[in-house]
Amino acid sequence: MSKFQFPESIKSRPVYGTLEPRPGKAHLFVADAEGAEAIIEVAARDAGLMAKAHIIYIPKGADFADKLHALNPAQFYEGPTYAASVQRLRHVLENAHQGLQVYLTGTEGLMGQAQNEAMQAGIPHTAIQTEHRGSVARRMQCVHCKGITEDVMTDPFVCSHCGLNLFVRDHYSRRLAAYQGVCIDAEDPGNVPEPVELYK
Amino acid sequence: MTIQFNDETFRDDYSFRNSDWAIKRFPFPFHEDSYMYAVNMEQHRGGPEGSVYEKRFDVDEHYVSEMRDRAMVLADDPLRCQSLPHMTLAGWDLLELIMVSKSEDYPDLFELHRDGNQWRWINKPLGIDDSFTFLDETTLPYGPMEYITRQTQGDFCVLDQRDDMLWMDAGMVTTQADWSLDFDIGMNFFEWHAPVPLAHEKGIFVRALKFLLNIQQGAPARRLNWTMTVNPLLDTSPENYHKWGIQKTTLTPENIGSKQHLRVELQTFFRLPRSNALVFPIRCYLCSFQDLMTMPKWGRRLHRVVRDLPEELATYKGFIDNRPMMLDYLSQFDDGQPTSPGVWPDFETEPPLKT
Ligand code: HEM
Repeated sequence: MSKFQFPESIKSRPVYGTLEPRPGKAHLFVADAEGAEAIIEVAARDAGLMAKAHIIYIPKGADFADKLHALNPAQFYEGPTYAASVQRLRHVLENAHQGLQVYLTGTEGLMGQAQNEAMQAGIPHTAIQTEHRGSVARRMQCVHCKGITEDVMTDPFVCSHCGLNLFVRDHYSRRLAAYQGVCIDAEDPGNVPEPVELYK
Repeated sequence: MTIQFNDETFRDDYSFRNSDWAIKRFPFPFHEDSYMYAVNMEQHRGGPEGSVYEKRFDVDEHYVSEMRDRAMVLADDPLRCQSLPHMTLAGWDLLELIMVSKSEDYPDLFELHRDGNQWRWINKPLGIDDSFTFLDETTLPYGPMEYITRQTQGDFCVLDQRDDMLWMDAGMVTTQADWSLDFDIGMNFFEWHAPVPLAHEKGIFVRALKFLLNIQQGAPARRLNWTMTVNPLLDTSPENYHKWGIQKTTLTPENIGSKQHLRVELQTFFRLPRSNALVFPIRCYLCSFQDLMTMPKWGRRLHRVVRDLPEELATYKGFIDNRPMMLDYLSQFDDGQPTSPGVWPDFETEPPLKT
């Protein structure tokens, strides 16, 4: 099962729901990896919706592109990375007309970043839905050097920019679409516990 | 009374000192012998003469040196001062509030001369004499919020109010108790408080927000918060924690009295007139344990509070590892006698320490 029940400890983290087909003139789906499954479920519940749908999909090694293609969306784009896809995403959002429905699904990092793009383009939050699927990896900002490390699976981890050993603080910024990473051995340099997998 | 401004540092050699005057007026935060989070808010309408509550924006002997420290922090990390584009008007509101308050409350130190929108601001302690056009950003060397908060002690959060919620959309934050403006900017009241233990469950933030949303112009409020800091370091930022965290391990039974500081924040809340934003100044006062111990009541009480503080709070406030050493030190100043109610030192009436 690709759905995960997040513990309730973090008040700053957005709550993710379950995607539902909604009436709309156009439908934009942004997904990565197992997020594809959520799109397939929406399509199964409203067969007509795909004719007005644009899917932006980043597989991240998952094998769903053919299945998404088979849904016959009006537009389908497979991007190698989120960063490579974001120009297209912005363009679509900026040229959106009233009545666009936005569906974001997959990892937290993807949903958070795409949600920011949608909000900045003026899409009302009532027209944006999210559903978490797949990896529980976190997108982390190092509070010291401000660099973002993607897809962090363990706590602690090493900042991919400055190399400090960081622990994962339970604090989430929607603006950055990232959790906060804080130096773990500041008070005892070199004493870094064995990394454990998140949520384990 | 005219203030003698200290020439001192809050880093490296830590030459920061409190005079007897500053110790006496230190905002000791405990009104009883124990502490728990509460919605501890009251009107900010002055206070006893000479106390830190008397003026709208307290100016003390550390003013000039604190402003120098702030300038250094900003030179190293300009992200400590940020303002989202829609917050400029609130910045002007804040500039006006501070200039009017300070020139009225400290006429010997600050002068404001207004002729329509042509303003002249004189800040004698910092040697500033600037003329500018109110509401015209091009006539100031910084944005209005940055300009005035480079000249005012304490951190500042400027909160936009919309949808019955407060949003941290601007701030000047260089003397913070380990939180990051850059990370928190744009968050709402519940989001930026997310890491605080126990208080959400007690419903404190829901009630506090309700109170804040209703604060009216001309009726400011205030509360105290506190933590512990080793060395009189103002910039205990998460950004620099990998550099200053190690200082927490330098405490010894010999140096704890001078190195360990109680850090108290006088937090005030003002509604701003044009923008309807709320400004939240967070003024930091530091006092070493040994200076606090000169007030017998504070010595007794601080020992009891630190001893009985729930572990979650001691952990969150970052002194759980040093608590045993603090208690060894503080217990020498607690002879078990009762303490009078309230925060004031009551030096004349409280019994001296029994030895
Ligand atoms: C709108 C003004 C306020 C702002 C901008 C603000 C901001 C903050 C921030 C940034 C933190 C640090 C959180 C972290 O660990 O990252 C904090 C902590 C806290 N805040 Fe607020 N706050 C405000 C009002 C209040 C009010 C009215 C209360 C009333 C109960 C309150 C209670 C607390 C408590 C209990 C803590 C934990 C402090 C500690 O144990 O040291 N805050 N606040």
